[in-house]
Amino acid sequence: MGNKQTIFTDEQLDAYQDCTFFTRKEILRLHGRFHELAPHLVPMDYTDDPDVKIPLALIVNMPELKENPFRNRIVESFSEDGLGNLSFNDFVDMFSVLSEMAPRELKAIYAFKIYDFNVDNYLCKEDLEKTLNKLTKEELTPEEVNLVCEKAIEEADLDGDSKLSFADFENMISRAPDFLSTFHIRI
Amino acid sequence: MACSVDSTLDICQAEQDSECSMEDENDTSSCMDNDFETVEMDFVGHLIKHNWVDEPAEKITLTRKRWSAATQRVLSSMPSRSVEWTGVAAHSSPRVQSQASSNRDIDKDRVPQRKHLLATLQARSVAECARMLRSLPLSLKKKREVRAQFSCERGRQETSTKDSTRSHFPSWLGKRLSGAQQGVQSLLNSVQLWHEALKQVSGRFGTGVLSYFLFLRTLLLYNFILSMITIPFLVLPQVTRPSHGSSNKISFTGLEILTGTGVLTNSLMFYGYYNYTDGWRPGKTEAYIKGTYNIRLAYILTIGIGLFVTCIMLIYSVFKTLGTSSPMSVSHGNLALKVFSSWDFKISKKVYVQQLSENICTHLKVMLCELHSGIPKRRLMTRLIWLVLHCTAWAICLTCIFCCVLGIYRFSHDRKQFSMNLISEGDTHWLILPLLVCGVNHLIPCVFNMLAWMESYDSFNLRIYIAIIRNLFLKVSMLGVLCYHWLDSIAAGKYGTNNECWETFVGQELYRFLLMDFLFSVLDTIFGNFLWSVFTRKILRRKRKPVFDIALNVLELIYGQTLAWLGILFSPLLPTLQIVKLFLLFYLKRASLMMNYQGPLKPWRATQMTTIFISILCFPSFLGATACITYTMWRLKPSATCGPFRTLSSMFLAGKEWRKSLEISNPGLAWVSWIYMLLGNHIFLFIVAGIFLLVIYIHIQVGDGQRRVTTLLQKQIENEVEDKKFLISKLQTLHEQHE
Repeated sequence: MGNKQTIFTDEQLDAYQDCTFFTRKEILRLHGRFHELAPHLVPMDYTDDPDVKIPLALIVNMPELKENPFRNRIVESFSEDGLGNLSFNDFVDMFSVLSEMAPRELKAIYAFKIYDFNVDNYLCKEDLEKTLNKLTKEELTPEEVNLVCEKAIEEADLDGDSKLSFADFENMISRAPDFLSTFHIRI
Repeated sequence: MACSVDSTLDICQAEQDSECSMEDENDTSSCMDNDFETVEMDFVGHLIKHNWVDEPAEKITLTRKRWSAATQRVLSSMPSRSVEWTGVAAHSSPRVQSQASSNRDIDKDRVPQRKHLLATLQARSVAECARMLRSLPLSLKKKREVRAQFSCERGRQETSTKDSTRSHFPSWLGKRLSGAQQGVQSLLNSVQLWHEALKQVSGRFGTGVLSYFLFLRTLLLYNFILSMITIPFLVLPQVTRPSHGSSNKISFTGLEILTGTGVLTNSLMFYGYYNYTDGWRPGKTEAYIKGTYNIRLAYILTIGIGLFVTCIMLIYSVFKTLGTSSPMSVSHGNLALKVFSSWDFKISKKVYVQQLSENICTHLKVMLCELHSGIPKRRLMTRLIWLVLHCTAWAICLTCIFCCVLGIYRFSHDRKQFSMNLISEGDTHWLILPLLVCGVNHLIPCVFNMLAWMESYDSFNLRIYIAIIRNLFLKVSMLGVLCYHWLDSIAAGKYGTNNECWETFVGQELYRFLLMDFLFSVLDTIFGNFLWSVFTRKILRRKRKPVFDIALNVLELIYGQTLAWLGILFSPLLPTLQIVKLFLLFYLKRASLMMNYQGPLKPWRATQMTTIFISILCFPSFLGATACITYTMWRLKPSATCGPFRTLSSMFLAGKEWRKSLEISNPGLAWVSWIYMLLGNHIFLFIVAGIFLLVIYIHIQVGDGQRRVTTLLQKQIENEVEDKKFLISKLQTLHEQHE
C-alpha cells in the first residue's frame, strides 16, 4: 500500500482508522504535525505506543488554535489529566471530534465540556459569563453580560435549576442549524 | 422582560429576608448541609390556568436556599438524578480533579458498561461496529482497548464455532468489502483538491465564503464524471477514425477560439464532426456491420447515462444537505444559541478573529435592545409606504427583466436577417448576442442591488432570499428565451436560416456563451471588484472592504453549469471546457477575495443556503437542461448533412433501428430489445414518473409529520418541566405546613 512507513504498525493504523474519522494518510499527517510541535519530545517511531505528552503551552501555539478564544478549554477537555497535556491519542481524538464527519451528538458532548469552565458538569452562570467574555473580548459592560447570561439560561434551562445540564444544552443546540459547520476545525 | 428580571431581584431579596426569619424560628427543620439548590419557580402558568390564584401576568420568581430533608430525599430518588447518564448526582459537591480518575472519565456515565458495550458490538456487522465505536464519547485510548478486546473476542468466537467454514465466508466477505470501502474512501479523501487553499479561505472569511468554494469544487466533480463518461466512449472512437471532412483548408486565426467557427466547426468539438459512415451498410436492411462501433447508439447512451449519473449524484447531495440542516425554526432561544453556536472555530487569523468578536458583540447588543424595547409595531402609514415601495421595486425589476428578454428576442431574430447579408464580413458578429446577454446578466443584478438598498429590508435573510429570487428569475428568463430561439427557430429553419448543420451551430452558440461568460467573470473580477473596492475606500471613505456577495456568485456558477449541461448534446467536449473554466475561476476568485474583500458581516446560514443552492442546481437548472435535451432528441429532426443521425427523423429512432438489427443478428439478446421497447412506451414512462412523484410525496409527508411530532414533544418536555417545578414546590409547602 504505497511506500512503507515505519511510524506505526499496520494494526495501529487500522485501529486509528476504526476509532476516529481519519484515514491512514491523515493519521500520518497528524503525526507529522504532532512531531513538529515538539521535535525533541515526540519520537518518530510510535510502534510501541510511547507515552509522550506535549504540554498545553506548545499545543495552543498551533496556527489552527492560536487565535481561538477557547483554545485552552479545548485542549484541556481532551487531555487525560485535565491540565492540557496531550498524548498523541488525545491529539488525534481532538481533531477527530472537531472534523466535519463527527456526528452532532458527539460534538454536542464535547462542546458542553469545552464551555464548562469549572468542570462541574453544569453550565452555570459563571461559565456563561466566562464564555461571553471570551467571545466578545470583554467589550460588553458587566450589566450587559449579566443580562445576556440570565436571559440565555432562562431560555435554555428546562429543569429549572438555573444552570444548564447536558440535556438542556443538547436540546438547545439541536435547534442550531449551523452548529455542525461552525464547530469544526480543519487540519 | 427586563422589568421582570428586576422584580425577580427585589422579590428574591424580600423572600430571603422572610426565609431567614422563618429559619430562625424553625430550628427543627433539618436542612441538609449540602449544596444550595436554587430553583426558579414559575407559578403563573399553572395557577392561573387552574384559577387558584388571581395573580397579575407578571412573572414572579422565588428562590429557595434550603430544601427540607424529605424534599431532598424525594429529589435524589428521582429517576433523572439517580441513573448513570447524568454523571453527577444532585447532592455531590462540585467536581474536584482526583488523582485516580482521569478527566475523561466523566464520559463513562454516558457510555454503557464495558460488557454491555462488547455485547452490542458483537451483534453488529464490521462497518456498523466501526461507526458505533467512532461516535462513542470515550477517549481514544479506551476505544482502542475496546476494539482490541472486541476483535479478540470475535476471533475467538469465529474459531470456536462448529461449522466454521460456512460462517467464515460472510464475515470474510464482510471484512473484504469494508476494507474495499475504506480503500475507496481513502482514495477520495486523498484527492483532496485545494485542501490548503480552502483552509486559508475559511481561516480568513469563515464558513459562508467557504461554502461558495466548496460548491465550485462539487461542480468540478460533476463535470469531471460527465467527461469521464463521454470521452472514452464518444470522443476517442471518433479520434481513431477521422471523418472525411471538408477538404478546403481553412486558415487558423486566433479569433476562432472565441467564436468557435472556422477550423473548429468540423472538429471533435461539435456535433457535426461525428459521423456514422464507417461500418454503415446502406440499403434495404440498414444496419451496422457486425464488429464496428455503433456511434449513434454510443452517442445516445453516453449522454443518457452521463445525465442519469449526474441526476443521481444531485439528488443524493440534496438529500444529504436536507438531512444535516435542522428543520426547526429558531422561534425562541436566540440569545442562548447566539452565545453557544456563533463562534466559527475555523477562523484562524488574528484580524478576522477580532472582526468576528466585534460582530458578535454588536449582535448581542442589538438583541438586548430588542428585548428591552421589543420590535416596534409599525404604524399603518409606514406600513403602507413600505408596501408601496416594495411593489414599485418589484414592478421595476419585472419591467427590467421583461424589456431585456424582449430585446434579446428581437435581436436574435434580427441577427438572422442581419447575418445573411453580412456573412462575408467574418464571424465576429456572432459574438454580439453572447456579449449582450452576458452584459445583461452582469449589469441588471447591480440595478437589483440598488433597488434593495433603496428598500432597506429589516431582516438580512429576507434580503438575501429576495435577491436570489430576482436574479434567478432573470437568468431563467434569459435562458428560456435563448432555448426557444435555438430549438424552435434555428432547428426548424425558420426566418430564412438555412444552416447546413443546425446542431453544430447551436453547439457553437453555447460554446460562445460559455466563453463569454467566463471572460465577463474575469473582467468583472479583475476590474470591477478592484475598482469598486478602491471606490468604497477612497471616495466613500468606508473603513471596511466591501463584502463578498456569496449568493450572486453562486448563481453565476449555476448559470454556467446550465449552459454546459444544455450543450453536452451539441458539443460533447463542453464539460471538459467547463472543468478548465472552473479551475481557472477558483484561483481567480480566491486571489480577488484575498485582495479586495471581507467576509459577510451578518451570520450566513451556510447549511440552509447550501441546501437552497443545491436545490436550485437540481431543480430549474439540471431539470431544464435535461428537458431541452430530451425534447431535442425526441421531436427535432436532425440535420440531413452532418452528424451521426443524418438519415433519421429523430435521434431516438437510432435506438429503434438498433433494436431491429439486434433481433436480426442476435436473437438471444431479445430481452434487451424488450427493455428498450418498454422504455420507449409512453404509458410505462408515465407510470414510472407517477411512482417517482408518489415516493417523493410520501417522503415529504413523513418528514413533515416527524417535524410536527418533534414540536409536540418539545412542548411536552416544557410542560413536564412545569409540572415538576409545581410538584416540588407543593411538596415543600406541604412539608412546611406540617412542621
